[in-house]
Parts: sequence; structure tokens; C-alpha cells
Amino acid sequence: MDILLIILTVILIVAAVMTIRKKDLVAAVISSSVVSLIASIYFYLLQAPDVALTEAAIGVGLSTIIFMITIRRTRRMEE
Amino acid sequence: MRKAIAVIFLGIIGYYLLATFFNIPFGIARVLDGVGFKYLAMGVPDTGAANVVTSIVVNFRGFDTLGEVTVLFLAATGMGALLHHREPMKRSRQNASIIVKAGARILFPLIIILGAYVFVHGHLTPGGGFQGGAIIASGFLLMFMSYRSYHVNHVVISRVESLAGSTFVIIGLFGLVYGHSFLANVLPLGTVNTLFSAGVIPLIYIAVGFKVGSELTGLLDTMLKTVK
Repeated sequence: MDILLIILTVILIVAAVMTIRKKDLVAAVISSSVVSLIASIYFYLLQAPDVALTEAAIGVGLSTIIFMITIRRTRRMEE
Repeated sequence: MRKAIAVIFLGIIGYYLLATFFNIPFGIARVLDGVGFKYLAMGVPDTGAANVVTSIVVNFRGFDTLGEVTVLFLAATGMGALLHHREPMKRSRQNASIIVKAGARILFPLIIILGAYVFVHGHLTPGGGFQGGAIIASGFLLMFMSYRSYHVNHVVISRVESLAGSTFVIIGLFGLVYGHSFLANVLPLGTVNTLFSAGVIPLIYIAVGFKVGSELTGLLDTMLKTVK
């Protein structure tokens, strides 16, 4: 269980850094949805299933799609 | 003259804000021996909701939830005002692959049922109106993505949304008339852990679920119409 938590935390931090650093905005949005996914697993493990449901439905699903539509309308690469 | 009146009003408001702030005992641990334990101990017997989070969100702090729903409504309205085109761009006719289309037809009703289950059982199991509404909107999103010609009727969506929002406020006003405060629980509490329990909480969560679901669906449709 501890090993799993450490792996999850490492992925969480790497994805969060990638969200900031990536010049390709599609990759950045996908990394931020990975952050939300792992955060929702954490909320579930910390016995907050209500928040986990919200984070999974809105953070991983809807907000990613809304960012994608916006990128489609504007430019994909950051300058 | 008007400035003098404004200063007087600001002074009155400021006085009461300061008086309230000085009444709050900052720096004393109130969470552990006050609020938290009281909510945990009184949540289930006072509201009849087996899910303590729901008893706080909809009953003790129902007014906050009304504010959140209003914020979401304002955000959706602003987005619609910014993005609405009189002549919506025609989405490209190309459909998704046959696998996605066949899968979407099977999954769409199941996702809608899951969303409805989450907000109808908000007082018993984790989840509630916001989560259920978001799940329903993601079901509609699946249909938008797989069938490019699939569209929703915006008149119906805005009617459902305003009806659900008014229902929330009317239930709150019933609490003001027949109970002791706005959003007070005026219906019988019933047996804890059954579907028809917890008074007005399921009604409010059903209204919130319909409102959030229709709002997010309309928002996604408006956004997708601006993309070629």
C-alpha cells in the first residue's frame, strides 16, 4: 500500500510539473487531467468519496474537454 | 449629499462587520470540540440523511449551495452571451468511427441512469446533485462527440434549468413559511437509510441535479458549435 502511494505521488508531481512546462498545450491539458485523476484517487483513499466523485467527473472529464475545445479554437503551441 | 449618505451607509455596514468579527474567538480550537463533532453527532438524527456530507451541504449550509448554483448559472449565462452566434458554424459532417458510435449508443442510457441514481440517492450514498449533473452532461458529451449531427433543443434545456432553479427557491420559501428558516426541513424525516427519508433533501438534490445537468449540457453544446 505504501509503495502504491509513493508511485502515485511521484506520478502526481511529475504530471503537475509537465502541466506547467510543456509548450504543447494538448500535452499540458492531458497532464493536468492526470493530476486530477490521481487527486481523485487520493480523495477516495482519504475517505472523501463525495469529493472524489466531483474531481473525477469535472476535473478529469468536463474541464479537459472544455480546454480541448478552446485549444481547437485558438493555437496549439505556446510561444 | 449622495456621497455623505454613502459614507454613512458604509460606516453602518463597517460597524456591524467589525462587531461581528470581534465576536469570533480567533485562535481557539473550535473545530475539534465544537462544530465538527456537533455536525457528526447531530447530522443524522437532525436531518435524517445517512450521508453526513449531504446533511451539511443541503441542510445546515443549504444557503451556500443555493449560492453555488447561482454562480454556476451566472458562469453559463456569461459563456452563452460571449459565444452565442446567430448563425452557428456547421460542424463537419464526418462522424466518429463505427465502434465509437455503437459503443456510445449502448453507453449513453447507462450513463444517464448512473447520473440520475447519483443525485436521487444523494442523501444515502456519496455524491449528489452536482456530481450527478456532471455525469449526465458527460453522457451528452459522448453523444456530441460520436454523432456530429446530434443536437439538443436549447429551449427545452433552458426551461428545465429555470424550472429546477425555481423549485430550489420555492422549497426554501416553504421552509420559511411552514418552518423556522429558509430551506428548513418541513417534510417528515422518515426512517434513516431508506429512499423516502430526510425530508426535503432528496427534492432539493433532484432539482440541483436537473439544473447542473441541463446547464453543463447547454454549455458544451454552445462551445462545440463554435468549433469547425
